Amino acid sequence: MYKYDQYDQAIVDARVDEFRDQVRRRMAGEMTEDQFKPLRLMNGLYLQLHAYMLRVAIPYGTLDSRQMHMLAHIARKYDRDYGHFTTRQNIQYNWIKLEDAGDILADLATVEMHAIQTSGNCIRNISSDQYAGAAADEVTDPRPWAELLRQWSTFHPEFSYLPRKFKIAVIASDEDRAAMRLHDIGIQLVERDGKLGAAFYVGGGMGRTPMIAPLIKDFVPIEDFLSYSEACLRVYNRYGRRDNIYKARIKILVHEIGADEYRRQVEEEFAHVKTLGIDPPAAELERITAFFAPPAFEAGIADNVDRSDPDFAVWLDQNVKAHKQAGYAIVNISLKKTGDIPGDASSAQIDVMADIAKDYSFDELRVTHAQNIVLPHVAKRDLYAVWQKLVEADLAAANLDLISDIIACPGLDYCSLANARSIPVAQKIAKRFADPVRQRDLGELKLKISGCINACGHHHAGHIGILGVDKKGTENYQLSLGGSGAEDTSIGKITGPGFDEDGIVDAVERVTDKYIQLREGDERFLDTYRRVGFDPFKEAIYG
Amino acid sequence: MGNLRFRDDAALDQPAVALSAFLDQSNATAVRLEPGEDARLLIPHLDRIALIEVAFPKFRDGRGYSAARILREAGYAGELRAQGDVLVDQIREMRRCGFDSFVPDKPLDEAVVATTLARYDNVYQRAADAAVPVWKLRHG
Amino acid sequence: MKLLTGNDLASGAVTWWTGSGWSLHVEEAADVGDQGDSILATEEAARRVNAPYIIDAVSTPQGPRPAHIKDRVRALGPTVRLDLTLKPADPAAGNWVI
Repeated sequence: MYKYDQYDQAIVDARVDEFRDQVRRRMAGEMTEDQFKPLRLMNGLYLQLHAYMLRVAIPYGTLDSRQMHMLAHIARKYDRDYGHFTTRQNIQYNWIKLEDAGDILADLATVEMHAIQTSGNCIRNISSDQYAGAAADEVTDPRPWAELLRQWSTFHPEFSYLPRKFKIAVIASDEDRAAMRLHDIGIQLVERDGKLGAAFYVGGGMGRTPMIAPLIKDFVPIEDFLSYSEACLRVYNRYGRRDNIYKARIKILVHEIGADEYRRQVEEEFAHVKTLGIDPPAAELERITAFFAPPAFEAGIADNVDRSDPDFAVWLDQNVKAHKQAGYAIVNISLKKTGDIPGDASSAQIDVMADIAKDYSFDELRVTHAQNIVLPHVAKRDLYAVWQKLVEADLAAANLDLISDIIACPGLDYCSLANARSIPVAQKIAKRFADPVRQRDLGELKLKISGCINACGHHHAGHIGILGVDKKGTENYQLSLGGSGAEDTSIGKITGPGFDEDGIVDAVERVTDKYIQLREGDERFLDTYRRVGFDPFKEAIYG
Repeated sequence: MGNLRFRDDAALDQPAVALSAFLDQSNATAVRLEPGEDARLLIPHLDRIALIEVAFPKFRDGRGYSAARILREAGYAGELRAQGDVLVDQIREMRRCGFDSFVPDKPLDEAVVATTLARYDNVYQRAADAAVPVWKLRHG
Repeated sequence: MKLLTGNDLASGAVTWWTGSGWSLHVEEAADVGDQGDSILATEEAARRVNAPYIIDAVSTPQGPRPAHIKDRVRALGPTVRLDLTLKPADPAAGNWVI
């Protein structure tokens, strides 16, 4: 993975210094909260329901054991011993003090980490495929381009006061494991006539008005990658709406002027930007790419696994995915044990995952947008040992992509934007479906819960989605069906009137019971829904 | 300290006229751009302009940063001024986008301005200033 | 009743105006009546509170109960981690929020 050189380190160190000074000036009254807020947001520091919340960046979800140990250290030293992994591959701490923020950023900088631009109206963390470098279906590892975008977007002087936040995802396979088309810019690296290029999708997003990004350019040559990105952003910065924060995302601009007009404006701007010489030379991409060379895989190691332990076999079948290299596998660590808080891990668990990665996964981990962790390169002969260590740390829930592998935002238990609590709903649903045999019978069922319309839980992209709303001062939950964040991207459809907390759990069960009744062959829930349509499910829910 | 200027030449002692008025008048040499106005309308006239004042009615409205870069990219070498809700923590980005003078609504602390501008030795991307991006330092 | 609430600038902790100062405990919150705006302005300018605002609350035998669930969550802590709240020993504490 990428390693900082002196320049990267100097930039992060200067940022720590800058933010320390900004905090000092705020505490001394030299700045009002209104003036300070955008500055602290650009360092990932929110004021939430209980305290300040810090969102630390994990660029494209990749980190090593040293960094993972630091995340555990931050949780222990400055927070309350746990962290929350997010749907943008970052980590959040909920109990941060402003007066500690400078020290925290300084600690993070010692391991090449930061909280730069994890909030604010600027370009956020670049997300990517959690199986990058391990999946057989990628045309190339997308992460060097994510790193190129990270550097280009960091402290970009023209794009620090955009109309709204800006999220970019980069993948390199037809299978979309990063919800690419639900981003402001989604990029798929593709090959054409033996040359590498990028397909740009612009104008996706969730939130109040979910939209799937239309294809704006099917092939941007790799040498034009940053110029084209710059052109896309400049058109947005100039023409994105600033009159209404609910209409300020680029998806609204693309929708209102139309994809064709947006494309025309970008092409015009790109023709101009290309003359400015902002694209780094090929040598820079080569330099970055070298950091993502495959690890020193052993050739000819065992490709079979001893399945005689039945519990291990269950976990193996559910959580372990094929690796492009013979003898290796991709391990998914679910942070969704029944009854636990989705995406949360204790500092002790974070340390355990770090150690396992160091010993068994070439010192690398990934954070997924489903709030789980990946060990990308585990030798099959080590899978049993890894599983045993996970069991010991309570990290062996064998439920990847099953109904209890719920994506849930922190909701009203933590977040000042929320209308309803999402975590208790997730816990109740997981408990209702606790029977592992039942879960495996239901199969792949991506259930996602958001506590408000900002959709941080990605409920629009849930096979089953739940949205918390405020109904005359009480918490109420809307159900939606048929969303997908994969390459078959679709937005879920709201079923009808909402439910209270117990009601929504019952409603979900009526939906799954109906699915079992109607399914044919080995259809997933999503497939059955798409085949039979909305009405049978609506009838089952409301009678 | 109030106004800030990073130019050696004498400041122009002329009010900046509104864009629509400027485009009608043949003798104005100073023009003011509001956030929603297109900086490119000035490109045919740059050789007769000595001062362009870009308005920042609210510091969160970042359209002026694009306007500034566009003008510098078109070869404008006159004074490029940021006026309005300009806070010390934006000066650096504004300088990078080509602004060389500042008329903030609220006075800026001179010491903080100096520290802010000196803080970063390196930049990641090319902009309208002379700073060399790190990718160029890495590869020459 | 009207309560004045906010966060401590340095620590971020949720605080409640007691009539003479700021407390972590909503039980000690005072009814600011129609003085809320002026107290808010003074306290915020002096940086004794950050992001303050005024809320409605009902007077109960257990003390003031904020009208909106969001402020009840602020007053107690996360309902899903009672161990992290102001009442870690009370398993029924979450019921007060709901």
